[in-house]
Amino acid sequence: MSITLIPIVRKEFRQIRRDKRILGVLLFIPALMLLMFGYALNFDVKHTSLAVYDEDMSRTSREFARQFWNSEFFDLKYYLKSKGEINSLLDGEKVRIVLVIPSTFSKDLARGQQANVQVLVDGANSFSAATIIAYVNSIVQQYSLNVLATAIQRSSGGVTVPIDFQPRVWYNPELLSARYLVPGLIAFILMIVAVVSTSLSVVRERELGTMEQMMVSPIRPLEMILGKTIPYMVISLLASASILAVGYLLFDVEIQGSLLLLFVVTFIFLLGSLGLGLLISTVAETQQVAFMIAAVSTMLPTFILSGFVFPIRNMPIVIQAITYLIPARYFLVALRSIILKGVGVSAFWDQFLFLVLYAALTIGASSYRLRKLLY
Amino acid sequence: MQPAVVLDKLVKVFDGKTPVVAVDHVSFDVRRGEIFSLVGPDGAGKTTTIRMMCGVLPPTEGTITLLGLDIRKDKDEIKKHIGYLSQKFSLYGDLTVDENIDFFAEIHKVRDYRGRKEDLLQFTRLAPFRDRLAARLSGGMKQKLALACTLVHAPDIIFLDEPTTGVDPVSRRDFWKILSSLLKSGMTIIVTTPYLDEAERSTRVALMNECRLLRCDTPESVKDSFSSDVFEITCENARALRETMKNTISEQDIQLFGDRIHLLQPKGAMTQHDIQDQLKKQEIAFDSVREIPASLEDVFVSAIR
Amino acid sequence: MMMNNDTTNNAVVVEGLTKRFGRFVAVDNVSFTVRRGEVFGFLGPNGAGKSTTIRMLCGLLEPTSGSATVGGFDVTSSPDGVKTTIGYMSQRFSLYEDLTVEQNINFYGGIYGLEGERLKERKSWAIGMAGLKGKEQQLAHSLSGGWKQRLALGCATLHEPPIVFLDEPTGGVDPVSRRNFWDLIYSLSSRGVTVFVTTHYMDEAEHCNTIGLIYSGKLTAIGSPTELKHKLDRYRIFEIRCEHPVDAMEQLQKQPWVVETSIFGSSFHASTLRDVDAFSEIERVLAQRGIALQRIEQIVPSLEDVFIHLIAEEDAKPHNNAS
Repeated sequence: MSITLIPIVRKEFRQIRRDKRILGVLLFIPALMLLMFGYALNFDVKHTSLAVYDEDMSRTSREFARQFWNSEFFDLKYYLKSKGEINSLLDGEKVRIVLVIPSTFSKDLARGQQANVQVLVDGANSFSAATIIAYVNSIVQQYSLNVLATAIQRSSGGVTVPIDFQPRVWYNPELLSARYLVPGLIAFILMIVAVVSTSLSVVRERELGTMEQMMVSPIRPLEMILGKTIPYMVISLLASASILAVGYLLFDVEIQGSLLLLFVVTFIFLLGSLGLGLLISTVAETQQVAFMIAAVSTMLPTFILSGFVFPIRNMPIVIQAITYLIPARYFLVALRSIILKGVGVSAFWDQFLFLVLYAALTIGASSYRLRKLLY
Repeated sequence: MQPAVVLDKLVKVFDGKTPVVAVDHVSFDVRRGEIFSLVGPDGAGKTTTIRMMCGVLPPTEGTITLLGLDIRKDKDEIKKHIGYLSQKFSLYGDLTVDENIDFFAEIHKVRDYRGRKEDLLQFTRLAPFRDRLAARLSGGMKQKLALACTLVHAPDIIFLDEPTTGVDPVSRRDFWKILSSLLKSGMTIIVTTPYLDEAERSTRVALMNECRLLRCDTPESVKDSFSSDVFEITCENARALRETMKNTISEQDIQLFGDRIHLLQPKGAMTQHDIQDQLKKQEIAFDSVREIPASLEDVFVSAIR
Repeated sequence: MMMNNDTTNNAVVVEGLTKRFGRFVAVDNVSFTVRRGEVFGFLGPNGAGKSTTIRMLCGLLEPTSGSATVGGFDVTSSPDGVKTTIGYMSQRFSLYEDLTVEQNINFYGGIYGLEGERLKERKSWAIGMAGLKGKEQQLAHSLSGGWKQRLALGCATLHEPPIVFLDEPTGGVDPVSRRNFWDLIYSLSSRGVTVFVTTHYMDEAEHCNTIGLIYSGKLTAIGSPTELKHKLDRYRIFEIRCEHPVDAMEQLQKQPWVVETSIFGSSFHASTLRDVDAFSEIERVLAQRGIALQRIEQIVPSLEDVFIHLIAEEDAKPHNNAS
């Protein structure tokens, strides 16, 4: 059996090598996407343009305002002289946030009363607006605590402050940073690559008519399928390695756990994805249809529903139920466990089981259909 | 010697909302060392029949025996002895000529095929293009490469499905030259074609129409069995002549060919002089009348009426 | 139906038409005229320049040099005018398989700008001509080859164009339908419609009034079928029946006075130079090889013989490379 496997594998590799586009997609795009997502998909919102309208014009109000523009989250663009300018600045999107300090600010604070401060935020981009408000909140809270601490110190005279207030003005609501994205990206890219390239490869053979030609040879259907999927398996593994390499070099993502375990889990996930690609190839008649089915069934669900970008626990219950069907979801948990937390199988054995089930299902279903197709 | 292929009451029905009969109780045999043509228009069942003979499609009913082996039971053994060139002549466009032949040799488990490959490259005159990607070959060269890939494992029988459809007559003739030279090695060649003139070149033909077999014999015998004589009448305005003749003769028996008319008459009923007299009597202008041998197309046309 | 004010008797006039793609000359200085109502056959190997020429004549491709006038419209300056004056049909590709007969006709009627009474009138003409009365609601894909062909012709001529291009219209269709189709072509032609046909069926080439052979971008020969056959007057064609025909062919091919051989089942054709006593020479060569001659007969050359020879002559010329 193995003798005929080799020419098929060899042919497939030759074709891949010659097709510059596939080569680019398989090896370089993943790394490129990682770069893009890593640097661009950053939910930290920095350098938001700020305008300050200070009616108080006191030392206290200035000190308060300084907390904002000293942080890296806000850049002071305008120091307003009149209220009238506020609307035009916000409408014209010259600033995204306006801090309005009332004339009674310093007096209220000195009297131990609550001072009101108004913050006007451009809500057009609601996602970042929420983040901005969160930053404002934290800055204000810090400042409040500082004021309180100073007041306590003054009144009780010389008591050491039990709590250490280090102004920490960074705030990362979802802990989303490049590090966290790396495992998600691996799953995302692998899924797409494995499913799309496998389904295209088989359908192309059918379209060309070479499938029929091969059927009149001693080749067994199993050999042909294996021969076609092995190259993509190899390339997908290489792609994952390159993603991990880029992740390490540029984003300091170190693999905390076992490399072998990582390999095993990835391999099983790949098997399932390749199986899915094969299954798609048995229903699609042309390469275009195959590509569309493959892309839609992998890209959107994986991006939105696997927990890659949007946390599953924040989704409505119904949607959460649907996410149980997304294989990338299980893979992500396993990946994050291994890469970021460095734990062993025991921590995610149920996810692991699901992955094995996924692989068994897709490979079983596709073999059944292929056998019927290939007589 | 036992025949190369025997088909016995072969039937193929495709399932679906309404089942479609593609091959309807077809029986014939193909002898060793002959060029056998399966002729008929699109939809006659030629391709379906040939695919069943190659083991690519399962028959619904009936048996197919190749070299004494049953297609249903010994498919794997049969595959070692046959070659198949499908209508699309499936080649790998992104592999070179050389690589394509290597691939097909290897999947047929041919050991030591280098010598044979060189022979084939010479034979098809593709040797100077061996490093060219198959996609960059002209149509005629692709066809020859596809043929070479079919022959690399030295099959006893080759099946060619419409190898010359859409190809100009010159290239077609070249192709048939190649086929006839293959016969020398004792190969049996089975071809499907919609061109009746190609059928004339074969050792034996099977005429198919609407999923059924009409006739199967040597071209000569098929033509000899034709129940009409054919006369060729040339004249300046053949169309007008036909209109006039339609008055006395059944339309089916008058066929127009550019500047000539073919007239069919029951065998032995009239001689060319009789016809000339008839035409003169009816004051119909013409240039010449002569009897010509019936063509396969004449037989086909009358067989499907 | 639109025809420019040019009232000459020529439907198509082509002069020095050339098309270059980079350094490759696809169509090389082609000139010919087609009279109104003529059936003009266009033959040649694939890649010889046929489709490129037709595309230029249909106003789809701009010539590199030379000129062509179709229906009075110049293809370079008024390609849109050309398109109003022609119909185009390709049997294997023209119809929408998943639409019904009627829907196909409506579609084509629409794109040719037919509407109202005129559309109705032409629609019933097309259905009648194609013999599809009662089948209007059938899906095009369920029609057999002969019906599809006629429907496609109907769709291509809905707007009554004075010039029609038929690209391999009878590919794969049964002989009876093919003959009926040519009847349709003749009736069009007798009503003054000029018909351009490309075909690979040699017997259909015989149906044409004039045939043009294109090879390597050049118009190698042009004339009526009879005229073209006379081009082979300097050869004699024989049909030979003997044992081991393949062997015999090989032996004869070696003789300098034998031009071409080709197999025909259990017999074969050989063409020889005229000034040779072919009968006895052939017998001699075969006897030398011990091959018994069963029958030898001189035959009238077919159009296929004409093309084989003309093309072989072209190939033999020094500036041509055959591949």
